[in-house]
Amino acid sequence: MSILLDEATRVIVQGFTGDKGTFHANEMIAYGTNVVGGVTPGKGGATHLERPVFNTVKEAVAHTGATASLILVPAPFCADAIMEAADASIRLVVTITDGVPAQDMMTVKRYLWRYAKERRTRLIGPNCAGLISAGKAMMGIMPGHIYARGAVGVVTRSGTLGYEAASQMKALGVGVTTSVGIGGDPINGSSFVDMLALFEADPETEAVMMIGEIGGPQEADAALFVKEHMTKPVIGYVAGLTAPKGRRMGHAGAIISAFGDTAAEKAEIMRSAGLIVAPSPAELGAAAAQALARHVPRHVMVQQ
Amino acid sequence: MDIHEYQAKELLSGFGVPVPKGGVAYSAEQAVYRTTEIGGSRWVVKAQIHSGARGKAGGVRLCATDADVRQATKDLLGTVLVTTQTGPEGLPVHRVLVEQALPIDRELYVGLVLDRKHERIVVVAHPHGGMEIEEIAQREPAAILREVVEPAVGMRSFQARELAFGLGLGAQQVNEAMAAVLGAYRAFRDLDATMVEFNPLVVTTDGHVLVLDVKMSFDDNAMFRRPNVAELRDYAQEDPREAQAAEHGLNYVALGGDIGCIINGAGLAMATMDMIQHAGGEPANFLDIGGGASPDRVAAAFRLVLSDRNVKAILVNVFAGINRCDWVAEGVVQAIHEVRVPVPLVVRLAGTNVDEGRRILQESGLPILTAATLAEAAERVVAARDAGAAA
Repeated sequence: MSILLDEATRVIVQGFTGDKGTFHANEMIAYGTNVVGGVTPGKGGATHLERPVFNTVKEAVAHTGATASLILVPAPFCADAIMEAADASIRLVVTITDGVPAQDMMTVKRYLWRYAKERRTRLIGPNCAGLISAGKAMMGIMPGHIYARGAVGVVTRSGTLGYEAASQMKALGVGVTTSVGIGGDPINGSSFVDMLALFEADPETEAVMMIGEIGGPQEADAALFVKEHMTKPVIGYVAGLTAPKGRRMGHAGAIISAFGDTAAEKAEIMRSAGLIVAPSPAELGAAAAQALARHVPRHVMVQQ
Repeated sequence: MDIHEYQAKELLSGFGVPVPKGGVAYSAEQAVYRTTEIGGSRWVVKAQIHSGARGKAGGVRLCATDADVRQATKDLLGTVLVTTQTGPEGLPVHRVLVEQALPIDRELYVGLVLDRKHERIVVVAHPHGGMEIEEIAQREPAAILREVVEPAVGMRSFQARELAFGLGLGAQQVNEAMAAVLGAYRAFRDLDATMVEFNPLVVTTDGHVLVLDVKMSFDDNAMFRRPNVAELRDYAQEDPREAQAAEHGLNYVALGGDIGCIINGAGLAMATMDMIQHAGGEPANFLDIGGGASPDRVAAAFRLVLSDRNVKAILVNVFAGINRCDWVAEGVVQAIHEVRVPVPLVVRLAGTNVDEGRRILQESGLPILTAATLAEAAERVVAARDAGAAA
């Protein structure tokens, strides 16, 4: 098992025929992802990468039965692309695009709520590396070969720091079920809590690593969720100990503007909620290995 | 992106927000001319910099004559104003706002923010203005009024009315306060703001409600569709290196330490800086070179980092995903041929084609120290800085 995505998931790419769409769709196919087609308005009817191109997401869904979409369209058109996917009943939308206006995301989040829970779209991103179920499929721009298949679920705001964690784990023989980049924007589709809940329910995931950053209330919310709802060990790390107040550190959402926004405060909240906080970003892999060693999987406990 | 107080007042008055009579001046003559436009017998001259707390720093002068206005403007223009918010280097004053001086009865606080918890616009108000909202939140959290705006329908009149009555305003002032709040909300939505803060919103002794001071910030990601706001950007108020970085598509934030950092990805950049501190060093900057590490970009990054005279060693940390380590290594080697790097340099590459990348660095004959892991990279660069300092 894994969360959200596996080798059977039917995936389309919005922005399929562009340079980025072509490059990443190829990588995704090479990794084993079931890419069934793509959407580029005005290019419907064409074939690209041996797969059909459609003008609209609705058409693509009707012809391919796609349930997931990777969005690689430019930022000004991104909100529209997400809402189009939601309206076409796509259940999982992953948006890599960086630079989406924050108020567009406010509108998107509101829009997604108009659908009943049974058919509501789950949005990952924007401004993220995407997600990968190790050894099965990926919807994103990450280098697939750095992920070993295993038992740790990873959720991270940063793309490259997520790569760092995956490669540290691989070097120690620790693998990943699914790794999800939720993105560095102030308003994003899915939160740490959303992903933690999925990992808690996934039988193959034995431990979870969450990698946060300065700014925003998400890490504290997640720590509270871990304390109250999770049985699996959770490793935490928050980047940005050296970040000054009021300065945006690259990511639109990485800014210390309120009480509780600093890395030190967030790490302390995690610690007091029972998370295993990695002492430095060089010890993410080691912390994961430790957590796995300490954890007794639930099915073993049942047998006892 | 931040704008000046006078610019925010001009924008907001277009949305029906009541502001005092006034105008910007770039010279003492212009400032005096403004007083005749405004009328009355008392004026304030306010230094226009992207910072609050200007009053305590001497940036706001009360004047009773034309001569006072002329003198105050002369005193302020061309100076560098240091406030509690600017840092010790301060910000240059190139323009002043001349405004009618108001007889004030009460000061209130009203702020609109894009709230990350609610993922909506939240209006926050407090009956005592003049303090920072963080200070208010710590001292009297219970007295803070909040209205969360439903994005599908926008801010409704009743919400503004509830806030106005909640602030203890009389029936006459409620309408003016509502105009201020509803106008600010429309401006927030129509102009892609991320923050509008009236601090203070005042009630004058003759019972009118006006915005005495305002701060307004905008979403950089939305400026492509707000050209009339984007043009208000004042580069003189920004760190010149950060502006230069933005031109190259780089993200740079100057910090106080002596180890220069060139990293791909914001999260990895912050983590690498944490690691440098962990190893006993202090980062000189945050610098995210983004996804592609082309020779041009890497060269621009080296120039930027080296423009900080405090830098005594540089760490390049690139985790290559889409771009391969061999390309990044070639970029680094080419950049060093282009830009002379007079300080020790540690390069750590990871990801796709890492062995090939390391080989290119080693065979370049350049004095590049390499590292395999994040921990090793941080330790090496701190050691290299110390060795350089001892030599």
